[in-house]
Amino acid sequence: MSKKSPPGPLEYLRRWPMQAWLAMVGIFLYAPLIALMAFSFNDSRRNIVWKGFTLKYYDKLFNDSALLEAFGNSLTIAAVSTVISLFLGAAAALVLWRFRFPGKTALDGALALPIVVPEICMGVAMLVFFAKVMPWPQGLAWPLNLGAIIIAHVSFSFPFVAVVVRARMASFNREMEEAARDLGAGEFRTIKDVILPHMAPSLVAGALLAFTLSLDDFVITFFTAGPDTVTFPVKVYSMVRFSVTPEVNAASTVLIVLTVLLTAAALKLQGDPAATAGHGPKDLGGEKP
Amino acid sequence: MENVMEQSWKQAKAVFAAALGPPLVWLVLFFLAPMAIVWAYSFGHNEGLTQIAITGTFGNYARAIEPLYLKIFLKSAWVAGLTTGLCLVLGFPVALAITFASDKAKTWLLLLIMLPFWTNLLIRTYALIAVLRTEGYVNQSLEWLWKGGGGLAALVGLQPLGDFQPLELLHNNFAVILGLVYVHLPFMVLPLYSALDRLDKSLLEASLDLGAGHMRTLFKVVVPLALPGIASGILITFIPALGAYLTPDLLGGPDSQMIANIIERQFKRANDWPFGAAMSFVLMYLTFIAIAIQAVLAKRTPEAKG
Repeated sequence: MSKKSPPGPLEYLRRWPMQAWLAMVGIFLYAPLIALMAFSFNDSRRNIVWKGFTLKYYDKLFNDSALLEAFGNSLTIAAVSTVISLFLGAAAALVLWRFRFPGKTALDGALALPIVVPEICMGVAMLVFFAKVMPWPQGLAWPLNLGAIIIAHVSFSFPFVAVVVRARMASFNREMEEAARDLGAGEFRTIKDVILPHMAPSLVAGALLAFTLSLDDFVITFFTAGPDTVTFPVKVYSMVRFSVTPEVNAASTVLIVLTVLLTAAALKLQGDPAATAGHGPKDLGGEKP
Repeated sequence: MENVMEQSWKQAKAVFAAALGPPLVWLVLFFLAPMAIVWAYSFGHNEGLTQIAITGTFGNYARAIEPLYLKIFLKSAWVAGLTTGLCLVLGFPVALAITFASDKAKTWLLLLIMLPFWTNLLIRTYALIAVLRTEGYVNQSLEWLWKGGGGLAALVGLQPLGDFQPLELLHNNFAVILGLVYVHLPFMVLPLYSALDRLDKSLLEASLDLGAGHMRTLFKVVVPLALPGIASGILITFIPALGAYLTPDLLGGPDSQMIANIIERQFKRANDWPFGAAMSFVLMYLTFIAIAIQAVLAKRTPEAKG
């Protein structure tokens, strides 16, 4: 093997100042998270000195019914709001991509609003709405008591789904649809057999986005939730207000691991031909970030 | 932009209605209506404990621009601006490195930037608390070094060092800005990368071949061409930073409250909804102004759009 060539003029990644900068940003982004995860296994309550490996905080965590309930609530809210958001977002994207109609610009603008409006503004709007216009009944059976939070989460998630799906539909070849029509497929049949399969990868991406947005949300839930319904972020918030403890570290670690697994699964799914229903990898090429 | 592929809604009324109905109803009922009510409240005043009379008064807005609150608006804008600037300085080289990385390295670097972005905001903020607090990782490490240094000093016969004074890293403006940069950095890197990735690399090579240095190429070729992307990165970072609630709430002290914290207080503790509504709409208007400025800037450079 010959010696490595000197870096080319545009190979910035091979220059040491650039590498040092990247390393610095990497440490900045990851050191707090990695320290947090590491000390959830440390057998000492308040010291950073390593006292030995322990799983006792995880044991505590999985026996903490309040925290488990909050976690279950969060996952349920995320799952239900993802399903509704996916349906509404895909429908909105389909309308905006497919049709010419009066008020299209207005709809387009209105759909962008939940994305750009600051979280706090939407939070107070939900607070007012559920306090004055549509009070959510108290004491409903689970999961119906989560209804108000689910509604709020759908409102900020589905426009994101619409954006992702619409971007995907821009690459759709209309000739395929015309071919389906020539072969006798009706409107709904065409949507089901031709358009939806093309849309599939963006539905996976949109679902992941909606799920993460919901799982991540604190501010809007904080304003929407009644006194009896607690989600994981709201619970962690109240724990953090008191103190930093290994239990919170353990709970956070569980959520971080879950996020990493979800992201990995989504990346795998998007690369998986099964998820794209027969579309070749070439077709996915344009989809890569 | 007229899309020739679009179909008139009249050609397929059933499909059109079925696809438009649900998202439109949801948007109007569960987003626009709540917003409209808050907007109406901003022109009202409290009447009794729970009743709000909408009287068309501008009093709440007048109060929002009194010096006390005006200062908080200006401070929030300054904090968000500083955060955006720091994110730009930190993130630009990262985006540049990703752009010119090999395909494999590119995927990994993008993933590294994306992962914190997908991680729960509260957990990231909490991680910073654990790092910065008085008994946090930074202070404990410093204390350990301090003691080690003291021991070393005693060994060589010097005066022993005094007691370790932990640094005040939390509950101040420094912590808020650090937290906002920490949380928003991926927001900046991703749009910068997508703008830089679209650049014609031969232009950069030409500039370097013709004798311009890297810095000169960067500021004379890369930055002007990537300006719309840079502007959208700035916007995407500035808007959430301006409306940030959690970071100043958890990391800040009494003097580092931002607009969102004031709004929260009006709705939850002070129970002055009309004033909170007015503050909330001032924040919305500021957001829209920022978007409008970005839109104007993007229009000025139409050839680089995409």
